[in-house]
Formats: sequence, C-alpha cells, structure tokens
Amino acid sequence: MVRFENVGLRYGMGPEVLRDVTFGIPRHSFQFLTGPSGAGKTTLLRLLFLSLRPTRGLITMFGRDVSTIGPDEVAALRRRIGIVFQDFRLLDHMTTYENVALPLRVQGLEEASYAAEVRELLHWVGLGEHMHVLPPVLSGGEKQRAAIARALISRPEILLADEPTGNVDPRLARRLLRLFVELHKTGTSVLIATHDIALMDQFDARRLVIQDGRLRVYE
Amino acid sequence: MANATHAAEEDAVHLAVLDEAEAREERVRRRKPRDPIVPGATIAGSALVAVVAIMTFLAAFTIGSVASVRGMMVEWTADIARETTIQIRPADGLDMEAALAKSVEVAQATAGVSAARTMQPAETAALLEPWLGAGLDVASLPLPRMVVVSLGPDATPETVAKLRSELAEQVPSASLDDHRQWTERLSGTARTVMVIGLAVLALVSAATILSVVFATRAAVAAARSIVEVLHFVGAHDSFIAAEFQQHFLHVGLKGGAIGGGAAMGTFFLFSTLPKWMDGGAARATDTLVGSVSLDLYGYGGILGAVVLVALVTSVTSRVTVYRTLRRIS
Repeated sequence: MVRFENVGLRYGMGPEVLRDVTFGIPRHSFQFLTGPSGAGKTTLLRLLFLSLRPTRGLITMFGRDVSTIGPDEVAALRRRIGIVFQDFRLLDHMTTYENVALPLRVQGLEEASYAAEVRELLHWVGLGEHMHVLPPVLSGGEKQRAAIARALISRPEILLADEPTGNVDPRLARRLLRLFVELHKTGTSVLIATHDIALMDQFDARRLVIQDGRLRVYE
Repeated sequence: MANATHAAEEDAVHLAVLDEAEAREERVRRRKPRDPIVPGATIAGSALVAVVAIMTFLAAFTIGSVASVRGMMVEWTADIARETTIQIRPADGLDMEAALAKSVEVAQATAGVSAARTMQPAETAALLEPWLGAGLDVASLPLPRMVVVSLGPDATPETVAKLRSELAEQVPSASLDDHRQWTERLSGTARTVMVIGLAVLALVSAATILSVVFATRAAVAAARSIVEVLHFVGAHDSFIAAEFQQHFLHVGLKGGAIGGGAAMGTFFLFSTLPKWMDGGAARATDTLVGSVSLDLYGYGGILGAVVLVALVTSVTSRVTVYRTLRRIS
C-alpha cells in the first residue's frame, strides 16, 4: 500500500534527517514507529501524509509515485489516509460534531447523508455527551478521542497517529490502544508513532525503530 | 447559595448545548447551509467592510456625478438646439426692414421651423440695457437686428443647413447663428467629465482590488492553521478557496450596499435640499450647476457599481487564496 525505497530527506542545506529509509506498510497491518526524540519520527510521518516531499529516493502510495502528483491528487490520496496529530489540530470555533464531520464535509457531501454516522462514531469513542461543545471545553483525553474520530470518519485505508497517548493517563492510553486494535481488525492499516514502551508492550506488533535518521524494521 | 448559582450555571450550559443540538437537527432536516469553516472573527472583517464601503461610495459618487452632468448637458444642448438666431448687420444701402421680413419669410418656408419672428427694437434695447443703460435710442445706433427662429419637433440637422443656404441665396446680409460653437464646447466638456469619471473609477477599482488582495492574504495567514487542517483532511484548494470566497462575497455585498446606499442618499439629498432650503445658498448651487438629480441611468449605474464591487471582492479573494495555497503547498 505504501512503499519507501532509499528515501532521504534534508531541510534546506542542512544534514540529512532521514537516510536510506526503506520499508513498506502492507494492507491490514499494525505497526509502531518508535525511536528517541528528534530521531526523525515526525519527519517520517510528514512524508507519509504528504506534507513533505523526499529529497531523494522513491515513495509510492497506493501505486502512485508521490513526486509526480499535483495538489488535487494529493488531496485525493489524503482522503484515503487518516491522521491523528499529537496536538489534535481540532478547529476551536467548530463543535466536536462539526470537527469530526469535517473530512466528509470537504468532500462536498450533504450533511443529511452523514449526520447519523458522525453521531454513532462519537458515541463509539465515548463523546456522545460532548457532541455539541467546542473543543476548548474538552479535556485532553476527550480532544484526543475527537481527533481520532475525525481521522476515522471517512474510513481511511491507513491510520497514522502521532503520539496518540502522549497527553493521557495510562488507563485512557490502554483504552485508546484498544480502539486502534479494533480498527485494525476491521481492515485498516495502523501506524502509531510513540516512544511509550509500556504501550508497545501491550500489543504484539511490528516495530519500526528510527535512530539517527536510519530505520530498522523488527517484524 | 454558591451551590445554587453553580447549579443554575450548569443548567444554562446544558440548555445551551440542547439548543445547539435541536438547532442542528432542524438544520439537517431543512438542508440549510452549515456554519462557515473559516470563522469571520479571524478576518479583519469590519475594517475591510469599511474600506469596501468607502471605495463603493467613491465609485458610485463618480458614476452618479457623471450621469448627472450628462443629463444636464443633454438638457442644455436640447434647449439651445431648439432655437437659432438670424442676425442682420446694418450696411450701407441695406433696407433693414425688408431684409428682416424676407428672413422671416425664408425661415417660415423652411420645413422643420415652427416659428420665426423679428425681435423688436424695444427688445433689443432691453437686451443691451445692462451695458448701455436705459432710454437707449436703438435707431440711432448701427446695431444688428435679429430674427428668432424656433425649431419644431420635426426639425433635423438638415433644417439648419437648408435655412443657412436659403438665407445665403436670398438675404446675403443675414447670418445664421445655430450655437454650434456653444454646443460643441458643451459636448467637449461632457466628454472630459466622462473621461475624468472613468479615470477615477479605474483608480478606485485598482485600490479596491489591492485592499482585497491584502485583506485576503492576511485572512489566509490568520487562518493558516485552519487551512492546514483542511488540507490534511483532504480538502481541494477549490473547496478552501470557495469557503474564503463566500466570506469575502458577504464582505463585498455589505460594504457595497453601505457605500452605494450612502451615495444614493447623498444624491437624493442634493436633489431635494434646494427645495427644502429655498434660500440663497440653494439658489446659488442651482445657478452654478443646475439641479443635481439622478435619472434611472444614474441609479442603475450605482447599483451596477455595488454588484461589481462585490464581484471584484469575491473573485479577487478567490484568486489570492489560490495563489497563497499554491505557495503554502
């Protein structure tokens, strides 16, 4: 589904942040991306959700070479990817419901066609009671779940999550992990970037370890 | 007491949430438009509305002034063109009365002329009174005499030409003054006013476009985080541009309506004020520029300016958002 081959990336004239990164994300897979802070996890995630282009090497996503695609195709590919940001990136002036419905709204769908689905998903992530409040009112964990719901609403083929348990207590972290595992069971590929070893120990999955810009894969 | 207050506050919050939920259900049912994704608050909206209003006012005022001047020109030219004068200069051996009678005869025989009459010596004296004083003996002075020729509604430009050639043939001492010089000067002035008006309109349009470009750039910069989120959830640039365009169309329409309305109000005031005041100042204005009033073309032009400004605002913002998005990505 996603393939990196000898990918290298440098910012401007600086040193290479990623070197010779080669790996793939198969369909229906579950993997953790880990490594020390500053090792290049976030950079790798940015390459995965097409906000950066590699300075060398080849990235193919859903069979397309990302270096040759235009803005409209980038948007089309992003609709197949769900992203959960570490800082949530919820829009503060829109309610939880509106935030979660956003990916469907930008596709130009009628609200009547997805309203029930959005409500159901919000209940599933435990935010049924907070559907019509603005994000600033939500707690860290609630914001995290809202961000996850937004990433899931358009049924992406891959879910990328950047430190999804970084702002929550261990009990909620376990609940969120269960949410990701359930999602994986429904057929979505999941990649969770984290440096929480305790979290990774709870679920036996492939690990992509990044250190000094190089990536090793532990199956 | 504190607990009661707290409970009341919680109830209020709960009610507000319920209201929001009910409003949403109602909206989904009626398929009403949703809240804007780009919040108005992130955009310096009121300042831009003021700028657009001022620009529209200037544009509308220019259009109104040009329309008003054009109307006055047409009125004056028509008044002048309805009358021509035959002038007979005294000369040795000329029978003035016979020449006058012949001129009247020639004029009356010309198709398109409704009336022709000799201006009596007393009338000529009255015309000269401000310069030469009362009690003037016109007969003792070698003054030219005039025949006033009124043109009928069926008069054409050929009428004057024909009259001129007939006079040249039959009354050689007569000359026809059709005020051509005066009307040409008037239409020249009208053209100049139009050109100045168009130049002002071009300047105002350029200033409006530049203001909107800056405002849109600032708005996109202010809403950068929103734009990023929209990109990450798979929004096309056209969707994001349409969201901004919708906002700026509202700004344009609001500013345009305020500016255009103010300009119309000003013209309405100008046209009715002299009647209310009926004083020296009003009469002076009237004398100076005639009655300032707008015809349907003027009001149509102002409405056109309002629509144009709104469209320019909206299209400019769309183009600017597209360019900014291309730069970001």
